[in-house]
Amino acid sequence: MTGWRVADGGPVIPSFGHASQCLKENGWFCTDWIRDHWGDTLQPALVQHIELTLIAVAIGFAIAFLLALVGFRFRLLDPPLGAFTDFLYTLPSLALFQLLVPITGLTVTTIEVALVAFTLFVLYRNIVAGLRSVPAEVLESARGMGLTRTQTFLRVELPLAVPAIMAGLRIATVSTISIATVAAFVIHYGLGAPIFDALAEPDIFRTKLVAAGALAILLALGADALLTVLQRVLTPWNRLR
Amino acid sequence: MTLASLFVDAFRFIADNASFLLDKAAETAELAFVAFGIAIVVAMPLGLWLGHRHRGLFIALGASSLGRALPSIALIGFFVAILGVGFWNTTIALVVIGFPPILTNTYFAVEGVDRDVVEAARGMGLTEAQILRRVELPLGLPLILAGLRIAAVFVIATATIAGIAGGGGLGEVIANQPAYGLAGVLAAALCVSALALLTAGLLALAQRAAYRRMAPSA
Repeated sequence: MTGWRVADGGPVIPSFGHASQCLKENGWFCTDWIRDHWGDTLQPALVQHIELTLIAVAIGFAIAFLLALVGFRFRLLDPPLGAFTDFLYTLPSLALFQLLVPITGLTVTTIEVALVAFTLFVLYRNIVAGLRSVPAEVLESARGMGLTRTQTFLRVELPLAVPAIMAGLRIATVSTISIATVAAFVIHYGLGAPIFDALAEPDIFRTKLVAAGALAILLALGADALLTVLQRVLTPWNRLR
Repeated sequence: MTLASLFVDAFRFIADNASFLLDKAAETAELAFVAFGIAIVVAMPLGLWLGHRHRGLFIALGASSLGRALPSIALIGFFVAILGVGFWNTTIALVVIGFPPILTNTYFAVEGVDRDVVEAARGMGLTEAQILRRVELPLGLPLILAGLRIAAVFVIATATIAGIAGGGGLGEVIANQPAYGLAGVLAAALCVSALALLTAGLLALAQRAAYRRMAPSA
């Protein structure tokens, strides 16, 4: 016994009827299992995981952006808002997923609420830091050119903050993909599900663990690369870097 | 159950089980700080050396992305599969989690030191080791400490996940809702949060002190 707990679904016992030598020996990377179970296990989990991440980052970004606007405009509110997102971030993910269950139930909403809470810290900090990083001379010349406060924000501060905002988005996306695997401890969903299933088996189903873990890592690195490209497209004036 | 009553129950749980939670917090702290210490010993010299030589930008950037991408639960499971359940499998997993931010920040801290300053030091006859120790390390200290802060919070947060793998500590309480109830889970979570905030706070103070020392004395 390894002491792992599965929320539901229970341990999946592989059928050894036609299993390969690799599977019988509980190998680390049995390609035949991956091929056989891509369609019924890995691919659906991957799609669920992408969905979880996209929704969490989109909602997290919207909330963080509004909070950052408040923190940016009213400096007094910045420290308490920052401290609040700090606190949310230090809450152990394993606990937050469980604590939300009485409120939102054993649903995907529970996972999303927790994931959104974790994205706020990085996004809030980066958006505020990006908006603040605009040099005073630049703001001075914007005012000299007769731009209103709103125009200065939309045409000067916001575009110049894009690199910092994108850096925050990259970190938030990658961390969300990683943290979302923990959610399967409570709700059998996403790439965490095959990972916890693998851990629930007496000797740990190694191929399943490695395959699902590797998919999570590849998804995170792929998302990171995609956002890096997007950042370059959004900030053509920064190409020199 | 409302959220407010849950918090009330959690604080009652903390009051009733203070010594138990302290024991568990000490276990988590031991696990986290041993791993944090090892990660510093391994990552910092590497970061200092690569930064000093202005080499390995790819390693530093790659480490930061990969470090965040590693799913902690799969990582811990991986080491349990190799080493079995115990203190060291979780410790190694935590070292792997803490390593990237320390390496990346140390690298950029040293790499970013004004090259003219380094040249001047070299011109004054300082050896490479002296430049690293007396010029680059003090100038890069605030950024290095920022990296330690990120790593400490990461490692403490992940140490609780180790609770599912028999790693003990507060994570064991969090992972065992049937035994401790939701109030116990929240109580343990608040203890973890306090531990992380305390550690981050101490490192933030050190960082501020380092900044003040670096400020030009007019």
